[in-house]
Amino acid sequence: MNASLLNVENLSVEFSTRAGSHAAVSDVSFTLCAGETLGVVGESGSGKSLTMLSLLQLLPNRATAHATRAQLGERNLLQLTRTELDAVRGREIAIVFQDPLTALNPVLSIGRQITEVLRHHFRLDPARSRLRAIELLARVGIADPALRMTQYPHEFSGGMRQRVTIAMALAGDPKILIADEPTTALDVTVQAQIVSLVAGLLEQTGMAAIWVTHDLALLARIADRVMVMFAGRVMETATCEDLFARPEHPYTQALLANLRQAEGATTAVTADAAARGCPFAPRCPAVADICRSTAPALSRAAHGGQIACWAGRE
Amino acid sequence: MNTWERLLHTKPARRGLLMLLLVIAAALAAPLISPTSPDHLDPGARLLAPLSRSAAQPDTHHPGMLHLLGTDSVGRDTLSRLIYGSRLSLAVGFAAVLLGALIGTLLGVISGFFGGIIEAVTGWLIDVQLSFPFLLLAIFLLGALGGGKTAVICVLALATWVNYARIVRSQVLSIRNQGYVEAARAAGAGSMRIIFIHILPNTLTPLFVVASFSMAQAILTEASLSFTGLGLDPATPSWGTMLNDGRDYLLSAWWISTMPGLAIGFTVLAVLMLGEGMREVLDPKAAP
Amino acid sequence: MLSAVTNRLARAFLVLLAVSFLTFIIGHDSGDPVLLLARGDATAAQKQELRHSLGLDRPVMAQYRSYLENALQGNLGESYRQHLPVTRLIALRLPASLLLAATAFVLAMALALLSGMLCVVYRDGVLDKALAGLAVLGQVVPGFWLGLVLVLIFAVHLRLLPVSGAGGIQHLILPALTLALPTFGRMSRLVRAGILDVLGADYIRTARAKGLPERDVLLGHALKNALLPLVTQAGLELGDMVGNAFIIEIVFAWPGIGRMTVEAIQQRDFLVAQGCVLVIGTGFVLINLGVDLVYAAIDPRVRARA
Repeated sequence: MNASLLNVENLSVEFSTRAGSHAAVSDVSFTLCAGETLGVVGESGSGKSLTMLSLLQLLPNRATAHATRAQLGERNLLQLTRTELDAVRGREIAIVFQDPLTALNPVLSIGRQITEVLRHHFRLDPARSRLRAIELLARVGIADPALRMTQYPHEFSGGMRQRVTIAMALAGDPKILIADEPTTALDVTVQAQIVSLVAGLLEQTGMAAIWVTHDLALLARIADRVMVMFAGRVMETATCEDLFARPEHPYTQALLANLRQAEGATTAVTADAAARGCPFAPRCPAVADICRSTAPALSRAAHGGQIACWAGRE
Repeated sequence: MNTWERLLHTKPARRGLLMLLLVIAAALAAPLISPTSPDHLDPGARLLAPLSRSAAQPDTHHPGMLHLLGTDSVGRDTLSRLIYGSRLSLAVGFAAVLLGALIGTLLGVISGFFGGIIEAVTGWLIDVQLSFPFLLLAIFLLGALGGGKTAVICVLALATWVNYARIVRSQVLSIRNQGYVEAARAAGAGSMRIIFIHILPNTLTPLFVVASFSMAQAILTEASLSFTGLGLDPATPSWGTMLNDGRDYLLSAWWISTMPGLAIGFTVLAVLMLGEGMREVLDPKAAP
Repeated sequence: MLSAVTNRLARAFLVLLAVSFLTFIIGHDSGDPVLLLARGDATAAQKQELRHSLGLDRPVMAQYRSYLENALQGNLGESYRQHLPVTRLIALRLPASLLLAATAFVLAMALALLSGMLCVVYRDGVLDKALAGLAVLGQVVPGFWLGLVLVLIFAVHLRLLPVSGAGGIQHLILPALTLALPTFGRMSRLVRAGILDVLGADYIRTARAKGLPERDVLLGHALKNALLPLVTQAGLELGDMVGNAFIIEIVFAWPGIGRMTVEAIQQRDFLVAQGCVLVIGTGFVLINLGVDLVYAAIDPRVRARA
């Protein structure tokens, strides 16, 4: 097993509202090793995006994150100062966001939005950064990159825009790429292109990646390991193969069943993740009394991964 | 009504209303609370600083008095003039708002309801008025008409009618096609009836917000107009004319111009706060 | 794009036409200039002759037509009081007004930008609250009253600056500040609100996610997006300034065209007043047009549509 790059233990994200604080993410733990792709899957509201955003301290104002550990190598990500953080963001961990239209600044040329990464992190001069940016655009499959450099986001199609954001993420030469539902806002026909583009790039560069999505089928193609989240908690973590062949958690099983019926589970769950009891209890076919009173902690699963379920442990 | 209760619960509206009521009360109670008549001349007490006392006047048997806010160039008590001045300034402001609202609402309703050439002409008028600095035209008009209360009220009304017309027109356009209007029409109701009974009542609420901002605009504009000498008759005290009075005595008697300015500021602030509170309550409308 | 410009120009021209007609009719109906011009002992016949020589006995529309024809050729008539061409009088006083308006505008915008950004960085601090208060002050009191107060403080009591008139820079400071104050109050708050608004946008999150320090995020990403919608407002403010400058000119005895307009009205010298109103109005209209063009030039999305 490769060296672990990212080590997260007991991560939680709380929102402070007028009605008190609400835990959107609770007790999330996972590791990421060099070169591997971790898929994070869950419905809307499962807290998967928040989990990733918290690692780079990009949460919205009212939200705070806590964790026993959130280590990138030696450093605790949640305790870095802004200056230290600026050296990590874009350079060691890069994010590709879901909606490329809003993620790009509409009044700056896309060339400028790429070169600023190069100039900030590598102190390249304008000429060199321009050349490198053109290279990056070509690498993500944008034709005529020298011309496209000077154009603005609204002059690109959705798929092209996402390629641009991928180029922006690559610019910093990061060790870890976090892709937060990068294909959700795109046309179905374009989604596959982007997925293979990223898969190819990951293979070429050897970057580790975390791919967040609600589409389990997608992860089958690119993930090495998968983490399943529901209502802000981790339900199950397993290798991709194990998850699809031998899912142990009832929720995962339900997801897969739905997948096979080509039905999407889209009801957003916004229950308080720190509430007592397993959040899946109301819908779980194997629910027992203990499930309603105490949330199960992550423990070792039969397939070698992790599972948060009482059913496996009686 | 529910809306009024909610209004009173918003802080800015409450304070604004209180302040405004204070001013209105002072205006109404002027004869009672004013130290002396605003026109009472005391040549021996000219340009006295605030908090000074004037000696008794031998020939008119008027006793000396404490001038809280000083006196002006002919010995008139500033505070008295300020209190009485509020009457004229407020009256002109209210009248201008009412007239402007009347004209604006009428034109707004007609152009929204009947459309066609009326709408085109009204729209064009609005355009023209907004493309030009109105104040300039206003003083031109006043100079030609000779000033005075009626002229000023008319000019102020002309300055603000546009605000009402636009809102009313868009309201009418959105209401016009609603179910109950169609039903009324189908039941044989004539246009006038539809306008007055169905459409107008529903356009009134946002007008209050416009009215409050127009009131602020009217008071401030009146001050500017009177300051140039082209507005209200300088003989009757209004805050605007008092500002003009003090202009020549800035070095010797700063209070003549400063006090009315403070009074204006207080009143306009009150009106704006009230308007702000109204806006919070009325738009967007939170469904109960 | 070109058709839009010509369209606006045509409408602007129509507006000015309407205004010129309005002012002409009002001026015409308000009195007989001959009474001003003729000597006290002139007989009725002499007055009638004067009227005829000035073309004042023709029907109104004919008079308006010749006024218009002359105006389009650059002749706005002659002042009744000073017996000088209106255009000459305007040319004498216009530069002073332009100087005042330009200074006030630049001052207001520059300070608004600076203070707006500072208020964002030090949100809810003392500066923020003080500026909020100042903005309110600028809205509730007449602008010229503030001017008077400033004169009282700086010219009368502290004797730092002159009370009125024109001359050197020290004469320009108070009137420019007074004219700038309401605009500064409004724009400062708008800059602050605009930046705060923009800071919640996704692309700001992206900029931070790329590792850019906050200064670069603010200046490089937030500012341009925040300022774009303010360009229109800035143009409106400039237009307002041009329209309201006359009062400031009066308070500070600034030798500008606005003050000349009011004086002309007070003295019933209507040709001068008409001419001034037209010139100021034209300036106003041109500013609005300019604003539209500038906005189109700097927003790449608008350019694409044009």
